[in-house]
Amino acid sequence: MTNFDSELLRKISMDPKVNRREFLRTTIAAGLTMSAATSLWSGSVAASTPQRGGTLVQAMEGSSATSSLDPITYTNTYDANMGYQYAQRLLGNDPATGDYTFELATAIDSTDGGTTWVLKLREGVTFHNGKTMTSADVVYSLNRHRGEDSKSGAAGSLTAITEIKASGKYEITIVLDSVNADLPFIITDYHLLIQPEGSTDDGMGTGGYVMKEYRPGEVTLFERNPNYWGDGCYFEAVENLAINDATARTTSLMTGKSHLITRVDPKTAGLMKKNPKIEVENTSGRAHYVFLMQTQMAPFDNYDLRMAMKLAIDREEIVKTVLRGYGSVGNDIPINAAYPYFDSGIEQRKYDPEEAAFHYKKSGHSGNVEFHVSNAAFSGAEDAAVLYQQQAARAGITIDVKREPADGYWDNVWMKKPFCASYWSGRPTQDQMYSVAYKGDAAWNDTQFQNDKFDSLLLSARGELDGAKRKAIYSEMGMILRDQGGLICPMFNDFIDARASNLAGYIRDPLGAVSNGFAPMRCWFEA
Amino acid sequence: MNIATLIAQRVALGILSLFLVSILIFVGTEILPGDVATAILGRSATPDAVANIRRDLGLDDPAIFRYFHWLASFVQGDLGVSLSNGQDIAQSVGRRLQNTLFLAGTAAIASIPLAVFLGMVAVHYKDGFVDKFISMTTLAAISLPEFFVGYMLILFFSMTLGWFDPIVSLNDSMSFLERLYAIILPVMTLTLVVLAHMMRMTRAAILNVMTSSYIETAELKGLSGGVVIFLHAFPNAISPIINVVVLNMAYLVVGVVVVEVIFVYPGMGQFMVDHVAKRDVPVVQACGLIFGGIYIFFNLTADIISIISNPRLRHPR
Repeated sequence: MTNFDSELLRKISMDPKVNRREFLRTTIAAGLTMSAATSLWSGSVAASTPQRGGTLVQAMEGSSATSSLDPITYTNTYDANMGYQYAQRLLGNDPATGDYTFELATAIDSTDGGTTWVLKLREGVTFHNGKTMTSADVVYSLNRHRGEDSKSGAAGSLTAITEIKASGKYEITIVLDSVNADLPFIITDYHLLIQPEGSTDDGMGTGGYVMKEYRPGEVTLFERNPNYWGDGCYFEAVENLAINDATARTTSLMTGKSHLITRVDPKTAGLMKKNPKIEVENTSGRAHYVFLMQTQMAPFDNYDLRMAMKLAIDREEIVKTVLRGYGSVGNDIPINAAYPYFDSGIEQRKYDPEEAAFHYKKSGHSGNVEFHVSNAAFSGAEDAAVLYQQQAARAGITIDVKREPADGYWDNVWMKKPFCASYWSGRPTQDQMYSVAYKGDAAWNDTQFQNDKFDSLLLSARGELDGAKRKAIYSEMGMILRDQGGLICPMFNDFIDARASNLAGYIRDPLGAVSNGFAPMRCWFEA
Repeated sequence: MNIATLIAQRVALGILSLFLVSILIFVGTEILPGDVATAILGRSATPDAVANIRRDLGLDDPAIFRYFHWLASFVQGDLGVSLSNGQDIAQSVGRRLQNTLFLAGTAAIASIPLAVFLGMVAVHYKDGFVDKFISMTTLAAISLPEFFVGYMLILFFSMTLGWFDPIVSLNDSMSFLERLYAIILPVMTLTLVVLAHMMRMTRAAILNVMTSSYIETAELKGLSGGVVIFLHAFPNAISPIINVVVLNMAYLVVGVVVVEVIFVYPGMGQFMVDHVAKRDVPVVQACGLIFGGIYIFFNLTADIISIISNPRLRHPR
């Protein structure tokens, strides 16, 4: 570090536009070791001194008058964000490394190579009602999401768990039906908040903020928890406004009524950047937009037609036009560099009208290809479909774009029509992403992808603790899905947030919008 | 037929229409595509979870049974619980309805006197510059869509001048004046939207009366124009004006979803739209019936006021 210009380094780290990940990249490229760079980053954050006080107002989309406080019912950014304010999980996620971190657990170990897992719980943590958290609360909170009768959004990823039991006052044991090295990531799901035994929708937890009022579809009010055990949580109070209209979110930030907003329209992000009081924060993560061909349904049960459709799309142009550059091209697998064990060596599929025409001819398909689309799938889906239509026409393929009503899209179109548009927000690990949507018997297998080789590789990867071998298995699976699958993944979309310039400590978190819901814990107001 | 019988007859007809409305609402919600179970789970519906929710909510009972059960509880004031989040419907609707009535009421108090006054002024300066100016500006305001008017007001009063908040946040600790201040922009928007209709009707109705011979008498005995219009012509023109006023008040209560979205106002419109999207049938039915009731109530009021204000109906021969 001797020949390093520390003054320059300090400047980089103080720049609000440089997040931790970029900072590490820059400094490591400059010859610093990882640990030195990490400590330097922490030092620089400390240098801009977190200050306590103020009321953070976040304007987020997602909540409606029909929403509920019960974690089982959570489905969107607003819910997840609100959940993290009043309650915590056993394990969290590190925004920089993608690894898991400890929240209400202090250790996790498998005694037998990945089937039985023992978690030590943090001692002396109290819920907002004064009760001390013990293993009974944890077992209750996790078991609510399991079982055949469960309505929880996390139920699917917990099916491999056969038993969760208390093995001590501050220790629980989780037993799986087979080896899975990814269990720690499974329990980072945002639904799995630890609440006192018996709680359902009372907003009770151990989090850094205490819920004062909940009005679904309007606002949730929080005050700082004076007995909070952890770090951060600098605000005296937090208000979460539910604003589903993008224009209203924008005006609320522009007029200073809010400090942090979700889902900025890519069309207005450029204009907002010109305002010196506002910073636009776009984070590349795991969220992606997809075009889904049902591989077991005519006409897409034909390999050549699927290949023709994959080659007939110009991903670069769609990212540039629909996302205005706030995103990156996809490669017909749901995985990108944000995932651990990603193989960057998998060749990028390119727009090739001639090759597409070749496969299209070979498929023997004639007539139009119907593509069902709605902006309910993702904002800009209809524009993307029309662009795709033009691009495919150059390969001699006629796409008939069928606009569907947003209302009822998930009931009547998604997983029902042979070819439609949709989105995924991603999962913490490759295993979870593949298990939830590409394994032959997955509940949300929205391309009806059936491949025995793929499924057996997925299972073998779960038991593989050697990182290099695991990466090789995932790489092979990626190749199978990319070539055989029904998934066209044109793009990974950035989360685009915007914040007031005086809101410091914001970390771009690839796992979700508004710093993955942790802005109330991580940020503070600069004087 | 005396006036009491007339009114009783109107009320009975109103109740009958409300009953018919309840049937329409029930049938309407039955034929919505999709069902509440898949709507609640949305993108994350697995067949098991859907079956569980359907069973829990009693969606497997026959429709006719559910209709009478629903109507009977509704009449007793039991609106049930929301399917989507288990909240008590009477309570959540109550709060939203209060907000909506507050906004609609304030807008009505601001716009009705203004519209009637402008109408009278327009009559006084009939065909002159003032008349044309009033008509032109109010008609221009009604011709612009609500969201445009709303955004223009936000741009001018919030972004440029910084006088008023672009989004409305109401909470229980606010005083009445603070609440009024918070809703100024939506009230202005709604006023601009409903003003022209009422103003034009006032003007037309009064002009119609102005051709009567008793108005000529009043003018000939030397009364000033204003007095003639206000004391002589206006009372006899009130019936058609009331009709239009009431129609606009009903609109203010049931038709302001767009304005609610722009200003993030927690009213009935957005509440109902949210529940329709989630197929939360009990809430949609309750909202529908409440809206129907309000509409019928306003029309009833218009009828009764017309009867009272018209001596020919008050003193039948």
